[in-house]
Amino acid sequence: MKVLMFGWEFPPHITGGLGTACFGLTKGLAKHGVEVVFVVPKSFGDESQEGFRLINASDIELDFTQTLTQEFREKISYMEVGSNLVPYVGPEEFERWYSEEILAKKTDIHSVYNRKYAFSGKYGANLMEEVSRYALVALSIADKFEYDVIHAHDWLTYAAGIAAKQISGKPLVVHVHATEFDRSGENVNQVVYDIERSGMEAADRVITVSNFTRQIVIERYGIPAEKVFTVHNAVEPVDKPETDEVTKHVREKIVTFLGRVTYQKGPDYFVEAAHKVLQRDPNVRFVMAGSGDLLNRMIRRVAQLKMGTRFHFTGFLAGAEVDRMFAMSDVYVMPSVSEPFGISPLEAMRTNVPVVISKQSGVAEVLQHALKVDFWDIDALADAIYGILHYDGLRKMFARYGKSEVDSLIWENSALKVLEVYNNATGHKN
Amino acid sequence: MRSVCLYFQVHQPYRLRTYRFFNIGQDHYYYDDYQNRHIIRRVAEKCYLPANRMMLQLINEFGKGFKVSYSISGTALDQFAQYVPEVIDSFRQLAATGCVEFISETEYHSLASLGNEKEFIRQVETHTKRIEELFGQKPQTFRNSELIYSDVIGEMAANMGFHTMLTEGAKHVLGWKSPNYIYCNNLNPKLRVLLRNFRLSDDVSFRFSEQNWSEWPLTAEKFVGWLNAMDPQEEVVNLFLDYETIGEHQLKESGIFDFFYHLPSTVFAKSNFTFATPEELYQRLQPMAALSVPYAISWADEERDLTAWKGNELQAEALSKLYSLSDAIAEIKDPVLKRDWGYLQSSNHFYYMSTKWFSAGEIHKHFNPYGSPYDAFINYMNVISDFAIRVEASLLPAVTGSKPEKSKTAGKALKKTSAVKTKAVEKKIKAGKLKAEVKEKKAAKPRATVKETKAEKSKAGVKEKKAAKIKAAVKETKAIKPKAAVKEQKSAKPKAAAKAKPAVAVKVAKTGRVSKKGPASEKA
Repeated sequence: MKVLMFGWEFPPHITGGLGTACFGLTKGLAKHGVEVVFVVPKSFGDESQEGFRLINASDIELDFTQTLTQEFREKISYMEVGSNLVPYVGPEEFERWYSEEILAKKTDIHSVYNRKYAFSGKYGANLMEEVSRYALVALSIADKFEYDVIHAHDWLTYAAGIAAKQISGKPLVVHVHATEFDRSGENVNQVVYDIERSGMEAADRVITVSNFTRQIVIERYGIPAEKVFTVHNAVEPVDKPETDEVTKHVREKIVTFLGRVTYQKGPDYFVEAAHKVLQRDPNVRFVMAGSGDLLNRMIRRVAQLKMGTRFHFTGFLAGAEVDRMFAMSDVYVMPSVSEPFGISPLEAMRTNVPVVISKQSGVAEVLQHALKVDFWDIDALADAIYGILHYDGLRKMFARYGKSEVDSLIWENSALKVLEVYNNATGHKN
Repeated sequence: MRSVCLYFQVHQPYRLRTYRFFNIGQDHYYYDDYQNRHIIRRVAEKCYLPANRMMLQLINEFGKGFKVSYSISGTALDQFAQYVPEVIDSFRQLAATGCVEFISETEYHSLASLGNEKEFIRQVETHTKRIEELFGQKPQTFRNSELIYSDVIGEMAANMGFHTMLTEGAKHVLGWKSPNYIYCNNLNPKLRVLLRNFRLSDDVSFRFSEQNWSEWPLTAEKFVGWLNAMDPQEEVVNLFLDYETIGEHQLKESGIFDFFYHLPSTVFAKSNFTFATPEELYQRLQPMAALSVPYAISWADEERDLTAWKGNELQAEALSKLYSLSDAIAEIKDPVLKRDWGYLQSSNHFYYMSTKWFSAGEIHKHFNPYGSPYDAFINYMNVISDFAIRVEASLLPAVTGSKPEKSKTAGKALKKTSAVKTKAVEKKIKAGKLKAEVKEKKAAKPRATVKETKAEKSKAGVKEKKAAKIKAAVKETKAIKPKAAVKEQKSAKPKAAAKAKPAVAVKVAKTGRVSKKGPASEKA
């Protein structure tokens, strides 16, 4: 089985969950003997991506170069295409970024850096142009390689996937890591939605990262259920250095929210639940780590509820700071309104921190040793937090089973399911 | 004469309502009335009533030939009395035939047999008395919750005067032995032990409507064929089932009623078996051997052990918290508290916390009102926290009472719950509940402020008990404002804290006891 994959990011520079997922999956596929031609968009300077700090605050920049096996190197050919596409970006943000970062720098946009594949052409001035341009590149790549199936990750690459399918006639699998409904609630961007839907419609098989997302794909995009398959994400087993030295400077137990402070992540429910808990037990501290467009509103609300001395904001955290935050936490809370998967609770559990997660998340489908509540049910959320803080049995159970549960979620298993989808798609074709 | 011993277990727990931590100390009603009422009515309609009618019809038809036995837990009886009293009537009709044996169990279907002997004996005695009053026969046979049995438990039953005890014919206990004989207890050979034939019992209770089971559909003829295929030496087949098997777990449409309706006539026509109750077997048969069961067994899951109720840290913590109150409860007379104490012991609450169904067991899931064992645990712990506060509060009269030795134990208990309780009391005052209750009880001024209430209560307390120590303590607390009191107590030396508490806790005693919505079950 040979796959042409339009993915995101590659070691050593992985900044987001999407890149981590693509990499993990590719590695998993390699273990099952699948060959992958892995195509990523790459802007000419790494530093330019720093313009986006939209990445999930809990995602850690990891150096994977050490972990690459020989087998992996043999199976995977990798190429970069000069492009300004970056994950997690909507048209508006792209435009802002483009004008601020690219134009201001006045870089020579013809001197495109790429490793293998020479492509001449200008970067698109807006996101949609860029998407189309990327599809053109895909077309010429698709023409030059041999493969059995095409696999495109997230909507920005769907156009590329469709183009490749048209020229090669090979089956297309699109992989939905998030939908416009997750990012924007009900106020969807119609253009993005249209691209997403046309990608799913053109695809022979659609892979979703959770049943939660699968349901959205079926109901909101009108995709026939029989061609939508759920393959849950997994996690890279990482041997993190022990963070035992971390000392808490406060006596109280710490309850942590860590992520973008945006509508999707449900920070307001965390604040309200904190208020309920503090009314009963003032010996708790709440921490909101991360930044985002709702941050100021959260700060105002905390002040309004007069719990400023018990509720703290750290701003954006990255790398070791994140580890330290986890190490200091007694409870980790992810009250997301809509979370296709949600990797951060798994990172907390690896550090033996009990987690409370919303039922509106994909990760809730794979975890058993976690407390699950509806994101809107503030009473239940507060009760779960209070329970972990006060009833020792919970802490013991999570310490005993949590980490091993996370460690059992390996990419090799997920990759096997993806392989089944490939077989299914190609069998269907032939 | 070979016998079929048909025994049915009738039990419904009082399921708990969603009880949040902010209810602790404020709200003392724990039960999900809606769900309990709904379930008991549904099961009565689908199972208890029609099944009882059928049994009565069979008894009338076969005279003394058809025998059946029941055990009905106290929590089920309470709920019948409360929601469907006609079920009790229909059981009394059955009792009047003389063909039905009623078996004793723990009043609350509890796990008290596992290390709480006093409580266990008390519950069994309560239940035995109740059954005798209701059905006019003193139970001679005992079955423990979930058929839990060990040598020691059997001995306790023997000491209480029971002739026979029922348990599971667990493979790992029997080894090569057959469950189809009568055994006796290893420590006290006077006690007979009847063992459930789990293959034949489960064929009916679990597999009856399973269409991909090779023996489906199961008919009375086929079943009697299996009985005839048994070794002719074997004396008794013990079919121990949940009564809910008939019509609730196995739906009427599966033909379960027809199966039972035709079972007696088929047995009489096509085999040399008869029906017998455990007491008849006791009178008639001699035990084959002593059965050694050093570690407790039950009828649950593949393992037939206790792990469904005592298998993980959640269950361990909940059980230890619950039974840590045993001593305190022994001193309490309050019937509402006693009732709650009982209802909170039902084994079901701990079954809901089992993590076993993560890997297997649709059975576990089927009976669980909670989304996860963790939810069940948190809810239970919230309830038990509130209950503990009430128990400790109601001990206070004993502290200040004339008996000095009592005050010691009570004082000890108090130390544990210092800040929490004080806070709870404060909240209650804020909520105005106390106001209302003070008004009711003592005809105080309607608009009593926090301070007034406090002063009044303290005075009352002082009047009642003249011990100088207490007086000092009351003064101390009176002097401090509520919030300061919390801090003070936390930082102060234990002695001082203990002193400061009585005055505050008296209030809890007076308020905590009042639960307006208590189920009408006591009427039963």
